[in-house]
Amino acid sequence: MMTRTPSKLEKILASGQLAVTSECGPPRGTDSQDIIRKANLIKDYVDAINITDNQTAVTRLCSLAGCIHLKQMGIEPILQMVTRDRNRIAMQSDILGAASFDINNILCLSGDHQQFGDNPQGQNVFDLDSMQLIQTVRLMRDTGKFLGGDDIKCPPQIFVGAAANPFADPFEIRIPRLAKKIAAGVEFIQTQCIFNLDKFKLWMDMAADRGLLEKVHILAGVTPLKSAGMAKYMKNRVPGMDVPDEIIKRMSGVSKDKQAREGINICVESIQTLKEIKGIRGFHIMAIEWEEKVPEIVERSGLIKKADI
Amino acid sequence: MIIASKKPFEEIVNEIKDFQSLLVLGCNECVSVCEAGGKKEVEILASSLRMYFMSHNNKMHIDERTLERQCDHEYLEEIRTTVDNYDAILSLACGAGVQFMAEKYSSSPVFPGVNTCFLGVTEERGLWSERCQACGQCILGQTAGICPVSRCAKRLLNGPCGGSTKGKCELSKELDCVWQLIIDRLAKLNRLDDYEILAPIKDWSTERAGGPRTVMREDLR
Repeated sequence: MMTRTPSKLEKILASGQLAVTSECGPPRGTDSQDIIRKANLIKDYVDAINITDNQTAVTRLCSLAGCIHLKQMGIEPILQMVTRDRNRIAMQSDILGAASFDINNILCLSGDHQQFGDNPQGQNVFDLDSMQLIQTVRLMRDTGKFLGGDDIKCPPQIFVGAAANPFADPFEIRIPRLAKKIAAGVEFIQTQCIFNLDKFKLWMDMAADRGLLEKVHILAGVTPLKSAGMAKYMKNRVPGMDVPDEIIKRMSGVSKDKQAREGINICVESIQTLKEIKGIRGFHIMAIEWEEKVPEIVERSGLIKKADI
Repeated sequence: MIIASKKPFEEIVNEIKDFQSLLVLGCNECVSVCEAGGKKEVEILASSLRMYFMSHNNKMHIDERTLERQCDHEYLEEIRTTVDNYDAILSLACGAGVQFMAEKYSSSPVFPGVNTCFLGVTEERGLWSERCQACGQCILGQTAGICPVSRCAKRLLNGPCGGSTKGKCELSKELDCVWQLIIDRLAKLNRLDDYEILAPIKDWSTERAGGPRTVMREDLR
């Protein structure tokens, strides 16, 4: 498959190898060592690392700065960008800024509502939504134009991704929604954390039926559960998350000191099952504030970081 | 219509307590329908204020009146000869009425007695909800007659987001996910395929972003 950007992630996906990505949440302060430490824990095990963008609407060091730190460490970054906090001027500007540091991957998101964060009284922007951000990056890259129509001197070379949640409602538009993101120009998808494998399989089958899997690279999102409490919290309190009862049962069925181990086991088994699903092009491991477990998950799952490609 | 809610009594008292005479001025339009600033609310508020100031040994003189509208010169003119009898006006009109009042009677202090909330509907008595943010470029034709600009917390034009759960918005289990409503209605209209039409990037210049707006009709001027 032909590649269109200098993105290493794109090259790996185009080569047909399973890509492995993970993510780091930036610090709530200026200590760059925080990101560097997390990145060092996982850099030898993953192909690219997302830096989240003020996730759950809690103010943190910006994704762009985080990605620059990764770049300086020789790691392939994926810039997450939510449309909640910036208008189209700021987003186009940040895209240029990222590309100027040879950050070649972007994940286009709308972002959690600020009600869930540390500034619930703040304004939100949503000048664009995630689909329109996808369109914007593709326009800038492929036509060398700004949204306003002017030419970009030296357009950004960025591989364009987005999220997909197979588990949110209404289920009947989950596939049309994926088709819409593809029509907008998305090239890779990192899915919401998958715990309900059956439902995910159904979603993938439906995507295959519509011929979508040839048009986009799907990276299956997985998250190791740290405890039964976390499993219950995710099931009951995190919107759009589908944690089946059997997972809760399995986590609750072992003693507290063994639950973390069980969570890793479930994660590894999930990856092994998901690997068998046709059309899965890689994995996105979201070990929330648990980056040190990524190496073990990657190794036990039989995934590998690709050599320089 | 414009939906407003009553300001807390203490806040109103705090605004006006230093004056000697006050006109509580209602509006017989939207705020009357949503029972925040019509004749009945003027009566109740004026009585409550009189009782409050009396019990605090404050001899404030309080009159009450309700105009047909406070957003038209014609009706605001009705108080031209009496407005100077008062140290201040407490207007129970929406923000537009309060401001038009202040513009017209530049030497009278004017205070708002309600909080202007949104453009909405009466779902049932005592329950009003938002339907429009006056973005200036109506897209209801593309969204099955249901507005994501005013009713999606992220005003997503290509929703729903991943937080839509069992028909409800991630912000609250009480709040419908407007994209679920749009999709349900598209399905009912046999137009579900329209969901896949990408909504173009919106021109927000006709909304608040473009600065204060006017509508001018040369044929009427």
